[in-house]
Amino acid sequence: MTNTLSRAVGSPLARLEGPAKVSGAARYAAEYPQDQMAYAWIVPSPVPRGRLDAVLTDPAEEDDVLVVLWHGNAPHLEKSDDPELAVLQSDRIAYRGQPVALVVARTLEGARRAAQVVQLDITAEDHDVELRADHPDLHTPDEVVPGVPADTATGDVDAALATAPATVDVTYSTPALHNNPMEPHATIARWDGEDLVLYDSNQHPSGIAKTLGTVFGLPAERVHVIAEHIGGGFGSKGSARPNAVLAAMGSWVTGRPVQLALPRQAMFSMVGHRAPTVQRIRIGASLDGELTAIDHESWTQTSRLFEFVESPGVVTRSMYPVPNLRTSHRVVPLDVPTPRWMRGPGEAPGMVALECALDELAIRLDLDPVELRARSANPGYLSCLRRGAERFGWSGRDNRPRQRREGDWWIGTGMAGATYPANAMPSTARVRALGHDGYEVAIGAADLGTGARTILAQIAADELGVPVDDVHIRIGDSTLPVASVAGGSSGSASWGWAVTGACRALRESGDDEATFDTTELVGKMPTDRHAYGAHFAEVRVDAVTGEVRVSRLFGMYDTGRILNPRTARSQFIGGMVMGIGMALHEESVLDPALGAWVNHDLAEYHIPAHADVEQIDAEWLDEPAADLNPMGAKGIGEIGIVGSPAAIVNAVWHATGVRIRDLPVRLDKLLPSL
Amino acid sequence: MRLTVNGAQHHLVGLDPRTTLLDVLRERLHLTGAKKGCDHGQCGACTVLLDGRRVNSCLILAITQPDARVTTVEGLGHRGEPHPVQQGFLEHDGFQCGYCTPGQICSAVGMLDEVAQGWPSAVTESDSEDLLADAEIRERMSGNLCRCGAYPNMVPAIREAAGR
Ligand code: FES
Ligand code: FES
Repeated sequence: MTNTLSRAVGSPLARLEGPAKVSGAARYAAEYPQDQMAYAWIVPSPVPRGRLDAVLTDPAEEDDVLVVLWHGNAPHLEKSDDPELAVLQSDRIAYRGQPVALVVARTLEGARRAAQVVQLDITAEDHDVELRADHPDLHTPDEVVPGVPADTATGDVDAALATAPATVDVTYSTPALHNNPMEPHATIARWDGEDLVLYDSNQHPSGIAKTLGTVFGLPAERVHVIAEHIGGGFGSKGSARPNAVLAAMGSWVTGRPVQLALPRQAMFSMVGHRAPTVQRIRIGASLDGELTAIDHESWTQTSRLFEFVESPGVVTRSMYPVPNLRTSHRVVPLDVPTPRWMRGPGEAPGMVALECALDELAIRLDLDPVELRARSANPGYLSCLRRGAERFGWSGRDNRPRQRREGDWWIGTGMAGATYPANAMPSTARVRALGHDGYEVAIGAADLGTGARTILAQIAADELGVPVDDVHIRIGDSTLPVASVAGGSSGSASWGWAVTGACRALRESGDDEATFDTTELVGKMPTDRHAYGAHFAEVRVDAVTGEVRVSRLFGMYDTGRILNPRTARSQFIGGMVMGIGMALHEESVLDPALGAWVNHDLAEYHIPAHADVEQIDAEWLDEPAADLNPMGAKGIGEIGIVGSPAAIVNAVWHATGVRIRDLPVRLDKLLPSL
Repeated sequence: MRLTVNGAQHHLVGLDPRTTLLDVLRERLHLTGAKKGCDHGQCGACTVLLDGRRVNSCLILAITQPDARVTTVEGLGHRGEPHPVQQGFLEHDGFQCGYCTPGQICSAVGMLDEVAQGWPSAVTESDSEDLLADAEIRERMSGNLCRCGAYPNMVPAIREAAGR
């Protein structure tokens, strides 16, 4: 690096926005007062499929109401690449909860009330919301993610499975899950002349400006998106959601600034979720645990509006070297909301099947689960297995199930591997020398609670050779240089790279402003690199009630250079906490008759609470991946939820001898076998 | 109607009977420290202190609280110095996105007062000596959800604040 004294990167600097967040001063999207602000409330479709013929409003409610918009009177929108954003443009209803009308009123209470009493004239049609592995409409998607094929095959899987001395053939299923960031999706929209200003809760200000521009027929620079603080997203705020378009539409029609904050219930329909999966996995191995074949098949669902494919099989393509490997994805469009990204999309459910199936293989072979994986692990992964096992106190484990009992509790331990691709995406940053006031570093990035603002300041301070206090970071604004999405665990690598480049350019040129675009460099980056890790869990299961508690959870990671150990640890732990939720608590239940998520709130969709999280910790190897990017960093935001659910499921088996293959592990599934 | 918030008196004219305390704070007084996570009493993001006790302000209709004294996260701390609970959250990185944080902090302040008065929790045994053991803090704080999973860092933050 340019400055041999550089020390900001790698130090546990406290979050720059911390004082604002603990004092209530940090402002989120719905918290910017506006003159004459109106409030919007969405009217969701009460049926999963059908046609909206008319919307009738109750004149008694009209006092407060400025307008009720629906496809019969809404302004025309241009097409974008996301059909979910074509709100109020057609009479077709594609899922229950889809916005079919929008009330804009002078008060929040008035808008909400009017939305409740609006009458919808609907012709309902028969619907189908049930995912089945034998559904006749299942098909092979062209790609699961742009550039990633649905199916792959190497070697002769069938022959290898037929001749393998040891095999497992198991089917795992994972339920629909909802991101549920603590801050609901929210937008305040205002038109300044022909320019659109949006205070919006999202993970990608630059991208949302572009998309909203497309929808309203404006160039991106005429749309100003502000997302200074974001109350979490976990993928659900990765691209524009209907709330941004509806708020802008409401503001256009009424001529007032409009606030639209989604109620929690609406976040179960129109902002995305992790689709349910059914996965059959077959593994063949030699008697000493060498993997000879894997076949990983998966089935999932999407909506009728947009094909989003949850892709559990992709992770199996790179996790272990196997000579005979086949992966496949099938998807069926149903009358359900559109699924989207949720933390570790593909990887999180995929590693449930793969790592639980490996546990079953280890049992069949009478091998320690760590040793089984160690035989196929690359060096970074192997270090995580070894050091993780040591730190957790794995050695001496009796691999037989149902051996430890303390009072009413069965105790067991389990483990699983972890991985996540090392991504980076093109971004641009700008640095300005401000004389005595230090430097301004500007990039249209977003800090969802990851610590992005803080690590960018650390990176810039080292590159400029100045204390962190001299660096002023500006992010969360689409008028700043274009940045990639805060997603795919790519923020630090993508934005840090651009900031590094801009700081170096400033120093080299001697000018007082420099801009750096990483597009070309990112294009040359190796694309087949991954972070690895290992998760270890200890659980106790109440022999009488079947209640499962996670007594200890530990993650050891090989994620390149850690830029800030304090915020990194929080991200790892946060991912693992969500892993506890995925293993034990979370599931969205779709009622087949109504086509509705029946547990669509935080009382019935259970996310881990304080009392669910006992001992939990993370460590890392901290070995820079120098060939990836100038920081030597790999992403850390998602790997904590990849594999940690499997470690818990495996620990439940070890505690009780009961193998649950249908997540979450609920007590009613355990109890009959306890 | 009169409402005292963080020591300042407010006269609320033309208050809609349907308006919650949370919406009065956020939309009328622009005290947006109190957050809306669910509007149904299910997440704790809107926690404030009402006459010294922690409450979910989204569950309280403002007109039912004439002359109440409300403390929000903005009103904690003294003369620019953070409250010990706020200080603890900063020192232990007890948050990530920060959206649950004002509610967590107000809840912790209220909870520490309950502990000081010797109130038991669901996990308190008849022979419990330490009402601020880790399990006690976790139980007593379980009404405040954090989707970022910052719980493990909040526990030491809260325990240390109790000693300050
Ligand atoms: S907003 Fe009041 S408890 Fe969630
Ligand atoms: S810090 Fe994000 S929800 Fe708690």
